[in-house]
Amino acid sequence: MTTTDNTFIPLSEIRKPPVPDPAKAPTEDIREQLFALEDAGELIVQRVPEPYIEVMTKYGRTKKIPEQMTWHHKSCGQCGHIPGYSTSIFWLNRQFGMSYMDPTDQTSCTAWNYYASATSNAVAQAGVASRNFAAAYATGYFPMIHCGTSYGHYKETRHEIVHHEELRHKVRDIMGKLNKPLVMPEEIVHYSEWIHAMRDRIAERQVRDFSSITASIHPACHYYKLVTEDAIYDPDIYGGQRTATVTGIVESLGSTVGDYSTFFDCCGFGFRHILVQRDFSRSFATQRKIEVMKEEANPDVVITHDTGCVTTLDKSQFAAKAHQRNVGVPVLSDAQFAALAMGAHPYRIAQLHWHATDYTALLEKMGIDWEAAWAEFEVDLGRLERGEIEYLSWEDADA
Amino acid sequence: MTVTSPPSQFTALPGGGIAHGSYADVPYEDKLALWEEVKADARFPDYMYGCYECGICVAACPSARFYDFSPRKIAQAAAREDVELVFEQMNDDVWNCSQCFSCNRCPRQNSPGGLITLLREVAVRNGLTTAKDALEGYGRVVYKIMTTGTQISPDMLQPDAFPDWGPDVEKTSDNLELWRRALPPETLHTTEMSWQVSDETLIELYLIWLHSDVMDMIEQADEGLHMIILDVMEETLEDAGYEV
Ligand code: SF4
Ligand code: SF4
Repeated sequence: MTTTDNTFIPLSEIRKPPVPDPAKAPTEDIREQLFALEDAGELIVQRVPEPYIEVMTKYGRTKKIPEQMTWHHKSCGQCGHIPGYSTSIFWLNRQFGMSYMDPTDQTSCTAWNYYASATSNAVAQAGVASRNFAAAYATGYFPMIHCGTSYGHYKETRHEIVHHEELRHKVRDIMGKLNKPLVMPEEIVHYSEWIHAMRDRIAERQVRDFSSITASIHPACHYYKLVTEDAIYDPDIYGGQRTATVTGIVESLGSTVGDYSTFFDCCGFGFRHILVQRDFSRSFATQRKIEVMKEEANPDVVITHDTGCVTTLDKSQFAAKAHQRNVGVPVLSDAQFAALAMGAHPYRIAQLHWHATDYTALLEKMGIDWEAAWAEFEVDLGRLERGEIEYLSWEDADA
Repeated sequence: MTVTSPPSQFTALPGGGIAHGSYADVPYEDKLALWEEVKADARFPDYMYGCYECGICVAACPSARFYDFSPRKIAQAAAREDVELVFEQMNDDVWNCSQCFSCNRCPRQNSPGGLITLLREVAVRNGLTTAKDALEGYGRVVYKIMTTGTQISPDMLQPDAFPDWGPDVEKTSDNLELWRRALPPETLHTTEMSWQVSDETLIELYLIWLHSDVMDMIEQADEGLHMIILDVMEETLEDAGYEV
């Protein structure tokens, strides 16, 4: 192929789709609307603190990811049922000496009530979001959202606050009753975006060889299907046709990405289904995801970046195994995967004993003596039981 | 739509459309009022622009694969303002949706999933029996989130609640308090909450519930649950010097 000036373009370049031009984005840049509302005295926009890392989002716009001064908006399901997920996020921040805050002045986004049971409404949801944002603003730390659903839901809420004046004023009134201003962060940032932005630095600190590991990626629905234009895309990852988060860190750590045809499918979580109609969640997670991955990529591990996805894909495999289905792939978050690569303890930090599917073969491939690691953790548990220590400290965890 | 000779199990309606057998006893005006409530929501114009009837949403939809369910039918019924069909869907189909928003790839920029969120909300707010049935077994989650500000707390990991997740659930629940103390982040030593939420934060959360009409929605869905949540909130707020 030649161009008009007869310059030869290599085939690899032709196949690569052009980098999107933000001027041609099909959607508005909501940040411009936020700044306009701020100028009109309607709300406060909390700026991303410096230093930040710039990344590209779906339509070619630039998004700022703060390196530090982050206010960690935790996830119910991560903290409650798979706490090695949150612990690994904090551990990574600590390893890089990043200043962060793990607040008690934070509630859930409560989107579970919104998406699962519909026992909430737009005003209440925007109120909860605004309260958390105002709490972060008061500390000077910038919100870093751990949960994919909170991230997606807050983006929807931001849209509603910006575009629906009546709702905005109702929420501002409620905030007034709490003696808080109406605040919106300049960017809604998911922790996996921080991991993505930090991936080269994480790889520099890698102490375990992950080159023999094949990982299949499950991109979280609420990360990129809700308000899609905020998600990170990269022309070098899937030609910019799929989200770059998670895949980027897995590649940077030297593992092989095992692609599979049902990557777009959800995990089967379903919000209400995982609690009251779990037959659906189990069937979907195993038949549409794990079995397809096994058949097409035979991965050592599934890596994902949201609470419900880790839970559903991991826990659903027990019953399927009892039915002799083709399952048996451990499921980790990108945070746990990155932490393990940097030498984190599999039980003190990654807390893998909270996971269900057998992960021991994966740890062996990572070069981790899991039996010795568990024995170390049992010593910790003994000290806790005997009252020698009240809690396991960060120093204990890195001893 | 004009129905000239409806099948015998259906009833022709003055406003067009047909009354389906299962909900023929519900007056058309009631169904229409619910539909008007859906349309009046500020989010509705963001979720519904019309429908090409292309089925792209169905191809992407997990619930369509495993249930007799279709986001296209949801979008079509809304686009055509088929009040009867919307009412039927509000009583049944909407509870099959996984709220994954895979259907947001709609070329018409619809969000059938978002539309379903609205339909569910209207069903709950109006206390439809089917909504109450759908929420049965859900009270503990609603209670947790509204009173503690977190949900899916560690103490919800009980073997009788998750028998299909294998023997590890029992191991976790047996060791819960000890394993929580073995977590380095200081906020995670809790068992009844997912993390430690400060008292002042909870008070602010309760005030948000009271100043939006969420409590009315809970009352419609489950009166008993409403009373329990209100008791907890009132006690905390009164102790903190608020007049409730
Ligand atoms: S809702 Fe959208 S994707 Fe679904 S049938 Fe209609 S136009 Fe097509
Ligand atoms: S949000 Fe509901 S309707 Fe849309 S794809 Fe997901 S399950 Fe289907």
